[in-house]
Amino acid sequence: MFDALSNRLQDVFQSIRGETRLTETTVENALREIRLALLEADVNFKVVKAFVDRVRDRAMDQAVLKSLTPSQQVVKIVRDELLALFGDAKGGLTESSARPRVILMLGLQGSGKTTTTGKLAKWLVKQGRHPIVVSTDVRRPAAIQQLAIVAAQAGVRVHDPAGEMDPVVRAKGALAEARAVGNDIVIVDTAGRLHIDDELMRELVAIKDVSGPADLLYVADAMTGQDAIKSAGEFNAQVGVTGVVLTKIDGDARGGAALSVVSVVGVPIAFVGSGEKLEDFEPFHADRFVSRMLGMGDVLSLIEKAEEVIDAGDAQKLEAKIRKGGFTLEDFRDQLRMLRRMGPLEKIMGMLPGMGGMKELAGQKPDEKQLSRIEAIINSMTPAERKQADILDGSRRKRVAKGSGTTVEDVNRLLKQFVEMQRMLKMVGQMTGEPIAAPLKKKKKKSPFSLMK
Amino acid sequence: MGFLDKLKQGLQRTTQQFVDKFEDIVQRADAPEARTRDVDVETAEALEEILLMADVGVAATDQIVTAVTKRSRRGESLRELVKQEILRVLMAVPREPHSQIVMRGKPQVVLVVGVNGVGKTTTIGKLANQLRVQGKSPLVCAADTFRAAAVDQLQIWADRAGVDIVRAREGADPAAVVFDAITAAKARHRDVVLIDTAGRLHTRTNLMSELDKIRRVASKEVAGAPHEVLLVLDATVGQNGLAQAREFTSVAGVTGIVLTKLDGTAKGGIAVAIAHELALPIRYVGVGEGVDDLLPFSPYEYVDAIFQEKW
Ligand SMILES: Nc1nc2c(ncn2[C@@H]2O[C@H](COP(=O)(O)OP(=O)(O)OP(=O)(O)O)[C@@H](O)[C@H]2O)c(=O)[nH]1
Ligand SMILES: [Mg+2]
Repeated sequence: MFDALSNRLQDVFQSIRGETRLTETTVENALREIRLALLEADVNFKVVKAFVDRVRDRAMDQAVLKSLTPSQQVVKIVRDELLALFGDAKGGLTESSARPRVILMLGLQGSGKTTTTGKLAKWLVKQGRHPIVVSTDVRRPAAIQQLAIVAAQAGVRVHDPAGEMDPVVRAKGALAEARAVGNDIVIVDTAGRLHIDDELMRELVAIKDVSGPADLLYVADAMTGQDAIKSAGEFNAQVGVTGVVLTKIDGDARGGAALSVVSVVGVPIAFVGSGEKLEDFEPFHADRFVSRMLGMGDVLSLIEKAEEVIDAGDAQKLEAKIRKGGFTLEDFRDQLRMLRRMGPLEKIMGMLPGMGGMKELAGQKPDEKQLSRIEAIINSMTPAERKQADILDGSRRKRVAKGSGTTVEDVNRLLKQFVEMQRMLKMVGQMTGEPIAAPLKKKKKKSPFSLMK
Repeated sequence: MGFLDKLKQGLQRTTQQFVDKFEDIVQRADAPEARTRDVDVETAEALEEILLMADVGVAATDQIVTAVTKRSRRGESLRELVKQEILRVLMAVPREPHSQIVMRGKPQVVLVVGVNGVGKTTTIGKLANQLRVQGKSPLVCAADTFRAAAVDQLQIWADRAGVDIVRAREGADPAAVVFDAITAAKARHRDVVLIDTAGRLHTRTNLMSELDKIRRVASKEVAGAPHEVLLVLDATVGQNGLAQAREFTSVAGVTGIVLTKLDGTAKGGIAVAIAHELALPIRYVGVGEGVDDLLPFSPYEYVDAIFQEKW
C-alpha cells in the first residue's frame, strides 16, 4: 500500500541526504520531484501546490540551509507538513451519547458503502456494541439483499421490512426496531449517488432528518482521482459529512486521496478498509500513515495486530526478552508461527520499519513455503542451540541442514535473518518505550528519525 | 471557529480566486491580437492545471501542453488547440472502424473485467439490452460467484434487458459457470455471451489468475474466445487506472475500455493517459444507471465534454 509514493519520497530524501550543504537549487530540485510524486499519487492539485509552497518557505530559510543537518531538517519539514495535511482531526467515530446512535453511510456509486457497512458493524461488535443495519438503497438491483447477506456474515441484526420501498420509511423503521430490541447503534446504508443529482441529494437529507445521525461517513475509493474528493466536499456542503472512510487501500493506490481529504473536504479520515474480508477495517491514524509513507514503518499497527493473536502473558514475556536482548531462535520460531496467524505476510512486512524502502523486496513476495522451511530448520536444532545460536558451528549446521531436509546455505541464511530480526526487535523495543504498545503521545516525543539513517 | 472550518474557508477562497484568474488567462490568450502569438508560460501553467485536475496524468499532460506551446497559432482559440492535441493522443490508438461489438466468434464471447464497484454488472445489463435491440441474441453469464447478491443483481438486469442468463450458486467455480454459459449459448443458438466477473483488485495475483482460467476455458469451447475483453474503469479513478489497465491487460488480454459514470463531474481523463501510455481504445462510455445509458465512445464528444465548464 502506498509503496510507490513512499519509494519516490525516499529517493528524493536520499538524493539530498548526500549533500553536506544544501543550496537553493538542490532544494528546488527536490521540491520538483516531490511535486511530481504527489501529483502522480493523485494528491489534489491545489493541495500539492500549497504543500510545495509551504515546504519551500520553510526549507529556504537560512537557518535551515546553514544548519548542521540541513537535509535532515528538510525531511523533517516534509514530514511535519504531511502530518499537517491531516490537521489535528482524529480517526474513529465522533463522541456521542445518543442511544441508539445513528451512523449514516453515503457516497458515490460503487465506492464500497455496503461492504463497509458490514465491516463497520463487525468492528462495532468487537467493541462490545450491538448494531443493527438497514439498507435504504431501493435503486440498485439486489442492493438490499447484498446488505442482508453481509449482515448475516457480520453476525448483526438487519432491519428489512419486505416490500417497503421508501428509503425514509426504512430508516425510520430501523430506529424503531433498534429501540424495541435494544440495539445501541443503527447503521444506515444508502444508495450511491452523484452530488449533482438534486433529487437523490434531497432524499439523503430526508433520511438524515428522520434518523439524526451522529456520524455521516462518506465512503470513498482510495484509487480515486481529482474529482471524487471534491465531490466529498459537495456532500459535506449539502448533507454534512463527519468523516471519510477510504476503501480498497490494499491495492497499489498511492495515497493521494488520503492526503487530500482533510484539506479539500475539511473532515478527518475516520476509517480505512484494507481487504475483502469483513475484518479488514480499522480506524485511521494519521501519524502512522505518514510514518509508513516515509518508510519509517508502522510499528504501532504491527504491535496492535500482534496483540490480537498473542496472549497477554506471552506478550509480556516476549517483551521483557526483547528489552533484555535475550531473543532466541526458539522465540523466533514462536514469532514465525504468530506471524502466520497475523495475516498475509505482505501486509505485515509493509508495517516493518525500512521494509517499504527495500526495493529489492518489491519484486520478491514473501513466500509461505519459505516459512515452513525455516520452521523445519529450527525444529531440527537442539534446545541448547535454539537458546544460544552462537554455538551453531559448521558441523552443527551441517547436521541441522540434514535433519530438516535443507542445505547448509539455507541454515546460514536463516541465522543471518535471525540476527537481523534481533536487531530490528531491539529497535522496536527502544522505540516504544515502556510498555510495548505505548500510547501514541509517548512515541511522538521520541524522534522517529533515528530509524531513517 | 475550529481548525477545519478555517481551512475550508481558506480553500473556498482560493478556489474562487483561482477560477477568476484562470478565466482571465483564457480570455487574454484568446483575445484577437493574441491569437497569432504563441502560448505564454502563464497560460501553459493554467492549462497544465486543467488537465491534471481532469486526471489526465503528468506524462500525457506534459506532452499535450508542450505540443500546444510549440505550435504557432493561426487564429485558433486556445480551446481549439488543446482539443486538437488531446484528439491526437486519442486517435493515435488503433481501433475498430466503429466502437461497437463486432461479431467474429460463434458465439462471440465478451469478458467484462475490472476492480470492485466500477460498473461491470450494470454495463453488461446495458450492453445486453443494446445488442438485443440491434437484433442480436445475447446471453449473460453470472461468473461473479463471490460478492454477496451479485448473481441476483445480474438476474434483474437480464430481466430488464430481456435476455437469458446462466447462473450458478454463490461460491461455485467461475470458470465452470463460463463453460455452462457457452455450452448453453451454442445449444440455444445465441450469438453473444457476455460474462460478468467479480470485481478484483489488480494486485491480487490469485484472483487475477482466475481470469486466466476463465480465458482458457472459453478458448477451448470457441475458437478465438474471448473475442473481446472489456476493462471497466470508473471515470473518477486517478492515475491508479493506469496500473489497473496494465495488470488486467497482462493477465486477461484487455482489448478495450469502458469508461463509466461520466454523468458525474469526473472527467475520466485517465482515458487520455491510457491512450497515451498503453494505446488501448475506449469502446463505450456509461452515462447513468438506466438501461439506455451506454454510448459508443466518440473522441470528439469526449473532448468537448472535458472542456464543458469554465472555458
Ligand atoms: N451514475 C452512474 N452510475 C453507474 C454507472 N455505471 C454503474 N453505475 C453504478 O455504480 C454502482 C456499481 O455498479 P455495478 O455494476 O454493481 O459495479 P460492478 O463493477 O459490477 O461491482 P462489483 O461486481 O461489486 O465489483 C451501481 O450503483 C451502479 O448503478 C454510470 O455510468 N453512471
Ligand atoms: Mg458486479
